[in-house]
This record gives sequence, structure tokens and C-alpha cells, in this order.
Amino acid sequence: MKKLLTLALALVLCLTALLAVAEEPLNLTMYFPVNVGGSAAQLIDSMTNEFNTQNPDINVQAVYTGNYDDTVTAIQTAIQGGNPPDLFVSLATQRFTMADTKMAMPLDELIAADPEGQAFVDDFIDGFMLDSYVEGAIYSIPFQRSTMVMFYNKDAFAEVGLDPEAPPTNWTELVDYAKKLTNENRYGVAIALNSGSAQWAFTGFSLQNCTNGVGLMSADGKEVYFNTPENVEALQLWLDLQNEHKVMAPGIVQWTDMPTQFLAGEVAMIYHTTGNLTNIKNNADFDFGVAFLPAGKQWGAPTGGGNFYITNGISEERQQAAWKYIKFMCSTENAAQWSIDTGYVATRNSCYETEVLKEYYASFPQALVAYDQLQYAQPELTTYNAAEMWRILNDNIQAAVIGEMTAEEALQTAQEQGDDLLFDYQ
Amino acid sequence: MARITTAAQRRRKEIATAYMLLAPALLVMLVFTVYPVLRSVFLSMTKYRMGMEAPEWIWFSNFQRLAGNSTFWKVMRNTVAFALMTVIPSMVLGLGLAMLVNREGRHIGFIRTAYFYPSVMPMIAIASIWMFIYMAGNGLFDQMLIKLGGQSMNVLSDKDKVLPAMAVMYVWREAGYLMVFFLSGLQSINGDVLEAASIDGATGWKTFRHITLPLLAPTTLFVSTVAFTNCFKLADHVIIMTEGAPNNASTLLLYYIYQQGFTNMNYGVSSALTVIMLAMLLVVSLPRFFSEDRKIHYA
Amino acid sequence: MKEFNIRKVLSLLVTVCSICLGVIWLIPLVWLVGTALTETSFHMTLLPTTPFTFENIKYVWNAIPFAQYYINTLTLVVVTFAIQFFTSTLAGYAMAFYNFPGQALIFVIIFMQIIIPNDVLIIPNFMTLSEMGLIDSKLGVMFPFLGSAMAIFLLRQHFKTVPRAFGEAARIDGANLWQTIWRVYMPCAKPAYMSFAVISVSYHWNNYLWPLIVTKSPTNRTLTVGLAIFAKSKEADMQWANVCAATLIIIAPLLLAFFVMQKQFMNSFVSAGVKE
Repeated sequence: MKKLLTLALALVLCLTALLAVAEEPLNLTMYFPVNVGGSAAQLIDSMTNEFNTQNPDINVQAVYTGNYDDTVTAIQTAIQGGNPPDLFVSLATQRFTMADTKMAMPLDELIAADPEGQAFVDDFIDGFMLDSYVEGAIYSIPFQRSTMVMFYNKDAFAEVGLDPEAPPTNWTELVDYAKKLTNENRYGVAIALNSGSAQWAFTGFSLQNCTNGVGLMSADGKEVYFNTPENVEALQLWLDLQNEHKVMAPGIVQWTDMPTQFLAGEVAMIYHTTGNLTNIKNNADFDFGVAFLPAGKQWGAPTGGGNFYITNGISEERQQAAWKYIKFMCSTENAAQWSIDTGYVATRNSCYETEVLKEYYASFPQALVAYDQLQYAQPELTTYNAAEMWRILNDNIQAAVIGEMTAEEALQTAQEQGDDLLFDYQ
Repeated sequence: MARITTAAQRRRKEIATAYMLLAPALLVMLVFTVYPVLRSVFLSMTKYRMGMEAPEWIWFSNFQRLAGNSTFWKVMRNTVAFALMTVIPSMVLGLGLAMLVNREGRHIGFIRTAYFYPSVMPMIAIASIWMFIYMAGNGLFDQMLIKLGGQSMNVLSDKDKVLPAMAVMYVWREAGYLMVFFLSGLQSINGDVLEAASIDGATGWKTFRHITLPLLAPTTLFVSTVAFTNCFKLADHVIIMTEGAPNNASTLLLYYIYQQGFTNMNYGVSSALTVIMLAMLLVVSLPRFFSEDRKIHYA
Repeated sequence: MKEFNIRKVLSLLVTVCSICLGVIWLIPLVWLVGTALTETSFHMTLLPTTPFTFENIKYVWNAIPFAQYYINTLTLVVVTFAIQFFTSTLAGYAMAFYNFPGQALIFVIIFMQIIIPNDVLIIPNFMTLSEMGLIDSKLGVMFPFLGSAMAIFLLRQHFKTVPRAFGEAARIDGANLWQTIWRVYMPCAKPAYMSFAVISVSYHWNNYLWPLIVTKSPTNRTLTVGLAIFAKSKEADMQWANVCAATLIIIAPLLLAFFVMQKQFMNSFVSAGVKE
């Protein structure tokens, strides 16, 4: 009898313990990529910890899932595998795919239900907010947003008699300066051409050369315009930099290798993300400058980077918690600090009113270049089936770079493959 | 109460026991080897991609589309070329290494270790290291070329050199592994036969050509199927080193399956590719199947 | 006398040749260890030119949750082997001593698994695992390997060499089926278990593609997946030293085990004939 009593008591205790567990904070999982040097991943962890401390009823676990490509795959397989994260940071360019396959949910209702919602959304810089919409609905919130800028080695400029304060402003100067800067141990300029990077830089060159303000694709993500004469001209410029002028390393230079080469003085000008600013600032043992991408017919640059999405089909309670977390991560102060710590561009207009950011720009004017360039920037290649479309453009650009095809043939092939891929959506 | 068991009952009990013993392993093999093969065959004849509720039967359209797709043919060419570039050299080298170390001596253990150690490293660790060896300009390989008076090659971005470069890496890894099979084959050759040959005046090469090599034939056959199978199942190093660049010049079949399945989320096409892969594995395994089959019956 | 000399010269030549090749084979490892354990530099060199340091190892150990990945990988390796040990012993015993309808078919299934590497079936197996709800779980990573055809086959061959009289004697002494397997057959097949252990452990320590697809969170991620994420992430500051350090961290245990027991390792691979 005594034994039975003990058993019953133990059972009751167990049940109580279980109930206590049930009252634990709401656990959310978030996947995020990091595509730049430095310690951005740890920063996200510490910001998340701060959020969790402020909101004891919510516990967000931030899961670092590698670079953007890996993260796209991880999210897709997790959702297909029935074990999705509650929210995630993925490329802004994934939004059509995310909406089309119903992996992510539209955020309009959450925004409407939140008294501060509309003001929050309106505060984002237009250029970034542009690639949050799918068919009029908001699917993502800008977070780790970047744009491409030119980093150049001022010491090298001075060494060859160029004015270190006057970086190239157009394609002709780009070629001229690169020629002067090239010597036995140094290339003039570098653009990353590996899979997953070539299409980004190419968006910029396309925007610089286009005539009607439309670069590679339509805004609704249903058409691509790879084979226009302007784009062929842009690709031809790349090939000329490599083969005719010999001022850019032949073949494919990796995105990841470029900052190291720049820091080692092996290349004088690189096209890279603002997200690398802090890394370069900390490691350069020479004077460096940051400049607008040299213009073609006009200025132009691609925006890129990651936005917050909320997974479709999670409970309303979780949606609310996820939304709260997104608002925290993108709060004016956090967005400003995040920009300072990483070099990503601060995403909200109000950030630029904060003291910290003002001070930062005063002490480090190079950081302001990316912001100033934003007025000329447009989203990078974004369509339905974005991952496959990227691959198509990358592969064909590479085909031209390695001499399998001419610039015209390569972009014509890309056009045909792209049309084929989007056939179902037109 | 005495229990009467008939022969039939005993037999039934024996069968039940056998299946009970087999059940755990068999269940796993049915679910993760037999079923997926059948499922691949089924899905290969359907249109099934991300966002679709259910697969849609389309007979052989996936295969037809692949047959008309130049990337697919490029991938097949790469896969076969990479297999030839790695299997034959690693077998020849493996045999050569085995003959070098088929001796006694204090240093022999150390040398065998040096040849074999890449086999206990994960392929992705090897790829991570060799990616830097092959890095443009600053990499060890390009530096060596420059020192020898040549030019930096940036082999990983060259459509004609990327596969051979990866093949060198893979042969480095695989030769030591194949070596141990040849070594055991060599050691099982009766010393008397070789002695008799040498007394008969056969020189080194003749002994090798007419006695050693024929006696190694079963080992060679076995090693070749192992080598082909290992080579076909490679994708890790492509994921790390090139992601198929430049323009799919380094895309191998398994990487293509991975990319179609998990990046493009096109299960139909990736299943069709899986079926093609299974057919290739079957072809290279036929010799082994027969030889092991014999072993079973005579074991 | 003359022939003796030629032999001696020849033998010396073989020795020199094999040592030279051995040195070439060791180059990547030497570079890896040297780079991982010295200060970073912009210029890659075969032999280290900068001072010795543990900074790279420290940096990556803190940048990546390697401790967690170590625990995950160890758990996977140990639990997988323990279950394989159990399932393969039973199945191997059944295949060795029983006659039953369907045996030929089971041999076909065993050979199917031997010739089809698990990596090839990633698409359908991923779908099956999703349907079981085991994506991002350790069990999901292990599941396809819990019935190892290679081990069943290997153990069957070994069990068959045990004289039947041993088993019968045990049965007469009153041992039941389990006790017979445990006391008589398993001790006799010790070398087979050793081989199988070496192969299973090194396969699962090194496996990448399947864990890459199945695992999502750091609580399940393996060392190889962690390394790949790091090597591929766009970490920009003189990355090769850090990648070398990370690589060293994940290969060290298996490599050390191999250096200590090289003979056992090589024999294992030969006797099993396959890497699972």
C-alpha cells in the first residue's frame, strides 16, 4: 500500500513537471545566412539573446545555415521535410519562389493588425522595400541588405600617378585606370564570376548600360531580358577586361578569394559588397577608398542581400512572436548598430537620424558611399524559380568567360533557357 | 503434458525464427534500399516539382527532355570522363604502390601509412584543402608553376583542366585505398610459384606479366568495380570546390541529382537522373555480382 | 656475386622510390598542419614561415560550435555502430544457419545495398524520411544505415567457419538461441567485428551528403557539415589558415587512430571489401 502511494505521488509530481514545461516560453527557430567576412553570425546571436531576455515568453533560436545558396537549400528541404523554421532570412530574390510554393506567408495582415505596422513598413528605404512585394502583397522585410561598391587601393593609385581621391567614374576610365594599375604582380580590377556571384555584378553592369531603366528582368518576375544589345555590350566589357586589355585575371575568380587578394595588394580595384566594409577596414594595411560603381550610360548598382520571411502555416501565436522578433531586429537602433558592425546598409530612413550612425559616418565617410549610391540601385536578378534562373545566367556568363561562346551567343542561350523556365508563369 | 511436435511444426518454427532474426535489418533495407529504388523508378515517370500537391504521370517525358538537354549530356560526359581519368590511374598506381610496399622492413609500415592516410579523411576535408592548393595565383599549385617558369593556371576555372585537376586529387586519395586490396592479393600469391619462375630464368617483367598479373585477375576485377562505384557516388568535392563551374564543366551526375532535387526542387527530373545512375552502377557491378555469387554458393 | 649486387641496388632503388612517393603523398597533410598551427599570412607557402600559434584553432573553435558537432558526430557513430552490431549479428546468424523460403531474394537485397551507395538514393530517401517526420533528427541520419548488408555478409561468412559442433554443444548444455550466439559465435567472429567497427566508424565520421540534407540545426549537425558550412561561407579574412584549422580539428581523431593502428585499418578495409 505504501508503495502504491509513493507511486501515485511520483505520478502527480511528473504531471506537474510536465505542465510546468508546457508553460515554458514559446520556442521559435530562425534560419539565417551570412555572406560576408567578420563575425556577423555572432552578432545575430547576441541580438537574438537580447530579444529573448526582453521577452521572457519567447525564445528564438537563431540557426546559422551557411551562405545564401546553402540557406535557400536548407529552408526548402526543411519545409518540404515537414520540419520548417518559424521564420528565416533568405535572399530577397527568393520571394517569388517563396510565394509561389506557399513556403512563406504574406505579411499584410500582421502589418495591418499592428498599430505601428504601417509606420514601420513605410520607414524602410524604398529601394529595399521594392523587392518585398509579390503581386502587391508584402512577403518579406529588409534586413541584411547590401549593395555593390568599388573598393580601391589608394596607395596603388598614388604609385602609378593616379589621383587617389578620384576613382573611375565611367567604363572608359575604368579600363584606363585598370591598365595603368596592372603590373607583373597586380591586376587592375576584379569581379567575382563564380556561380552565385556573377549574376549580381552583372545586374549592376546591365543597369549602367540599359536605356529604359529596365535591366535584366521585369518587376513581376515573369520575364527576363538577357539578350538585349546593351547586355551583350556589358558582358563584352568583362571579356575585354580579361582578354583584350588583360587587366582582370582570366577565368573565374571566386567571390571569397577577392577580399584576400585585395588586402594582399594583388588587385587594385574590386567590385564587392558593402557587407565587407568592416572586414576590409580592419585588415587593410594600406589606404583604401570606397566608390560608386563606375557608370556606363548612367549610374547603376545592384542591391542584394537577405530579408526576413515568416513560414506559411505556423500558428497565429507563433506568427505574432515572429513578427515581434522581426520588428525588434529591424528597430531603428538595431538596424543602425547592425549597419555599423557589419557594413551592411542601414535599411530604414530613421536610422540616418540616429546619433550613432551620424557619428559613424563622420568618423568613417567611406561607409556613406553605399547609402548615397542607393538612389541609383535596383534589385538584383529576381524571378520565379530564382535559384534555377540564377544558375542559368551564371552558367552562360561563365561559358562566355571561358571562351565556349561569344557574349552574344551566351546571353542568347541564357534567354532561351530563361524563357523556357518561366513559360508556366507567362 | 508432453508436447508433440511434428516435423512440419518444427520447420515452421525454424522459418519463423529465421525471419525474426532477420526482421530488424531486413526492415531497414526494405525501407531505405528497395523501396527508394522502386520509388525513383516511379517518380522518374512523373512531373513532380516544388509546390505541386502530387506527382503527375507523364511516362518518359523526363527522359526525353533530358535527352534533348545539352547540360545533361555534358554532365554524362563529365561523369564518364572523370571515371576513366580516376579509375584507371588509381588502379595502376594502386598496384604499383602495392608492389613497392610488398616487403618487410621497419620503414614499410610508415610508407604504407603515408599512402593510405587520405582514405581515412572525409572527402570534404580533402576538397577544402585542395581548393586552396588549386587557388588562382596564390595557391600552391600555381606558385609551383610560376617558380618553374610557367604561368598561373587557375585550373578550377578552366573547362579543360578542372576535371583533370580534380582527378589528380581523387587519385591521390584513392590509390592508397586500392593499394591495400592489391597488397592482399599479392600476399596471397604463393611464394613458391614466383621462386620456381625465377629458377626457370624468368626476369622481373616476365614474372610480373605472365604470373603475377594473371594471378591478380580476380583482385583486379573486384577492385575495378569498387573503384567505379566509389567514383560515381562522388559529389562532396564538387559542392565544396566549384559548384559545377565553369558552366557545368565540373558537374558530375550525383551533384546534378543533388542540385535538381534540392536546389531546384524538381523531384521528377532528379528521379530520372537517379534511375540513370542506378543503371550505371548495375553495369559496373555486374562482374562483382557474379564473382561474389560464386563465393556464396561455394562458401 | 654480381647478381647479389644488382639485387641490392634494385632493392635500394625500390626503397628510395617508395620513400619519395611517400613524401609527395604527405605534402597536403604537412601543408595543412603547418598552416593550421602558424600565424596567418597573405602568402601561401608549403612550409610555414610564420611563428607557431594556436590562434587559428582557437578562432574556429569559438566561431563554430565544434564541441557540439563533436558530440553529435560521436553520438551518431557510436549509436549507429551499436545498432548495426545487433541487427547484423542476428541477420548474419540467420543467413548462415537457416534455410527458409525467400533466402535467395534476401541475398539479392543484400547485394542491392552493397552495389548502391546510400548517397545515390538521397532524393527518395529524403522523401521517405520527411514522411516519417525525421528530418533534422539524429535518428534520421542513422536510419538508412541500421541494416548493413556489408556487415551481415561479413558476419555470415565468419559464422560459417565456426564448427557446428560448438553451437550444438552449447545447446545441449541448455543455452538458448541468444546465449549460443552470444557465447559461441560472437567471440569466434571477433576479427570480423573489428573490421566492421573500423569501417562503420570511419564511414560515419566522414559522411557528408546525407547528414547535409537531413540535419538543419546545430543540435544535430555533424562535423563534416559544420566544416563545409565554414569552408563555403564567405568568410573573407585570410581564410585558408582558418579552414585548415577547422579541417585539422575534424580529421585529427580518425587520423590519429589510423596512425596508431594502421595495420588493423588496412586489413579491415580489405576484409570488408567496401566502404559500406
